[in-house]
Amino acid sequence: MNVLIYLMPIALLLGLGGLAAFFWAMRSGQFEDLDGDAARILFEDDEAAPRSRA
Amino acid sequence: MTIAADPGRFETARALPVETVDGANRIMLAIDGISCSACVQRIERVLNADRDVVAARVNFTTRRLALTWKGAPGRAADFIEQLSDMGFTARPFDAGALSTADAARDRHLLRAMGIAGFAAGNVMWLAIAVWAGVFQDMGPATRSLLNWTQALIALPAIAYSGMTFFTSAWGALRGGHVNMDVPISIGVILAAGMSLVQTVIGEPEVYFDAAISLVFLLLVGRYLDHRARGRARAAAAHLLSLAVTHVTRIADGGRIEQVALEDVAPGDQIIVASGSRVPVDGIVFAGRSALDTSSLTGESVPADVGIGDRVFAGTMNLGGALTVDATAIGPDTVLAEVVRCMEAAEQGRARYVVLADRLARLYAPVVHSLAALTFLGWWLWPVGAPWTLALLNAVAVLIITCPCALAIAVPAVQVAASGRLFKRGILMKSATALERLATIDTVVFDKTGTLTEGRPELVDGTQPGELADLAAGIAAASRHPLAEALRRARPRAAAVADVVEMPGDGLEAMVDGRRLRLGRRDFAAPGEAEVDDGCAEMWLGGDGIAPLRFAFRDRPRADAAAVVADLARHHRVVLLSGDRAPAVAELAASLGITEWRAACRPAEKVAAIEALKASGAKVLMVGDGINDAPSLAAADASMAPSAAADISRTTADVLFQGAGLDAVTATLAVARRSQVLVRQNLGLSLLYNVILVPLAILGLVTPLLAAVAMSASSLTVILNALRLGRAGKVAAK
Repeated sequence: MNVLIYLMPIALLLGLGGLAAFFWAMRSGQFEDLDGDAARILFEDDEAAPRSRA
Repeated sequence: MTIAADPGRFETARALPVETVDGANRIMLAIDGISCSACVQRIERVLNADRDVVAARVNFTTRRLALTWKGAPGRAADFIEQLSDMGFTARPFDAGALSTADAARDRHLLRAMGIAGFAAGNVMWLAIAVWAGVFQDMGPATRSLLNWTQALIALPAIAYSGMTFFTSAWGALRGGHVNMDVPISIGVILAAGMSLVQTVIGEPEVYFDAAISLVFLLLVGRYLDHRARGRARAAAAHLLSLAVTHVTRIADGGRIEQVALEDVAPGDQIIVASGSRVPVDGIVFAGRSALDTSSLTGESVPADVGIGDRVFAGTMNLGGALTVDATAIGPDTVLAEVVRCMEAAEQGRARYVVLADRLARLYAPVVHSLAALTFLGWWLWPVGAPWTLALLNAVAVLIITCPCALAIAVPAVQVAASGRLFKRGILMKSATALERLATIDTVVFDKTGTLTEGRPELVDGTQPGELADLAAGIAAASRHPLAEALRRARPRAAAVADVVEMPGDGLEAMVDGRRLRLGRRDFAAPGEAEVDDGCAEMWLGGDGIAPLRFAFRDRPRADAAAVVADLARHHRVVLLSGDRAPAVAELAASLGITEWRAACRPAEKVAAIEALKASGAKVLMVGDGINDAPSLAAADASMAPSAAADISRTTADVLFQGAGLDAVTATLAVARRSQVLVRQNLGLSLLYNVILVPLAILGLVTPLLAAVAMSASSLTVILNALRLGRAGKVAAK
């Protein structure tokens, strides 16, 4: 069971890494516009597309 | 464009909250009319195509556009006009007002949720190891290590993430009542405290996982709920920062100065530019114009005012600039009286107690006396066990009854319902609105802007096409609502050059050497007899043509008759309007509404609603104007179109977008369906308790059983809530 001495901190550090990633995502505004960013990936690239005035 | 329109535009441009840093201008615009992500792309593409624009980014969730450009700050008005040409209504708001308590709470909940999620996940795998060791054999030292690790993770996380519930429960207790957070807090604190004691004395039974996963699950519910309503609240808050704060005053000696509204005293002379709101109550000293008073009185026809006429704060100046002698400012104005009336009416609704909290009032005493009985039963009689074991079993009762599913039962349905309604452009602002909407049996409508479109349209008359085109051509030069209606009715008419606008009277043009006038009867066609049919009118007259009358009327929304007929099958439908009787009678007849009252002042509308409520009716008020705000607050539930006056948008429980009224029927259907689901959910979670509480009293509950029961009951109610998706779709059709 001595292996727990290593495994438990490793597992917890991995978890903390995930938590840190979550906080980073939160701080950089990735939860501000959940609906818009989901659709944005489908937009055509503005540079490639001909610019049109609607 | 006429000269008269330009100062108005200048006024708007200056009032826009443009932030300029290092030559880059930035403005936040709230945009109405974004229905899908393609709109986002269209807006961004068109604006980004402009050479001056540095960045244009639309937040699809909040329907807000952040726009940055180089060059003149005044171009903001051009961008707004450009958006309006594309079919979007853009309204500026102060970005500074954004960092509100709402956003801070949103971030706090998200952070608390992240921490609780991390802790719940890690405590869970440690707990599973301990449970596994129950069946095989695990040395006490290993078990103790695992338990201590759980304690070190769970306790700080519970202290931080659970604070939302602890503060709410403490607030309720100090106020002398009980809400759902009280049993939750007691359960969580006892579970954590007892587990800590067990850990310290080296006993196997710890409940850290149950405590922290309860906090986590509840926070997920709270966050989703908060987020769903945050969207609606943001929609209501759009315009709040746009209230008149500065006014133009004529100082002694004729000098013109800008002063804060608070510094204006009765007796001051104030200039009200074209297109701006009248900031004070007063009497016109100079100038002639038309005022849009619909938001204050419900009258759809603009009122002509001239020297000596009274004007009221909150009305919109549509014509030429006016000089006004202020008679009442701030809290003395009619507008402020309406606001006070609304605040008084709102008090009643604040006393409404949601079903979950009503249940908590019954639930908490029952559960806590059960726990006390368990303790006494195990300690003294009939069992006579050591007091430590008795306490352990009593705490187990509290943990197993901790109302996890009960607390999720309602928010889960609310999130499903508001998500369903949001897709239809219906924004639910209030957490308790669904419950109140489900009981509605009487629907009260306002007329102007609610049942009707709130703008005049040309009544199809017998005007010869040629002259109508000529009139529309002249009207192209004016922004008066009647002129714009004429233009809409004859979109292909060629615009006439050389038009002069006579503020308050109308337009004058030279066409083929003839002097033609379009406007008021005594201006364009003096000597013609007055026609009294309740319609707004414009006359075309002048050299060589017989005077011609154009009548305008506020048209009902396209689906108003169908919606009223649909509602009338199960509800009492009432029409309360501030407009004059002939106009109201005609609309009521055309829509099939038998109960109506005209010429209601705001206080009379409130009185009518109070009377309905006193007779036992549950009243839904649908209205849009400033004059409706008090009745929106007084009714059991309220809805307003998203184009309503600021104060009504703030007051209403539900806002709906789009041209149709069918949002009313859809909302009522979803509300009724969701209340059925809420009751099912509450029943399900009580069922879990009824099954498990006897086990807890008998001392048979293990941490494993507690964790399984908690997750299973929470999952059941969440899955049940999701059934609303299908039902809502049917109801919303």
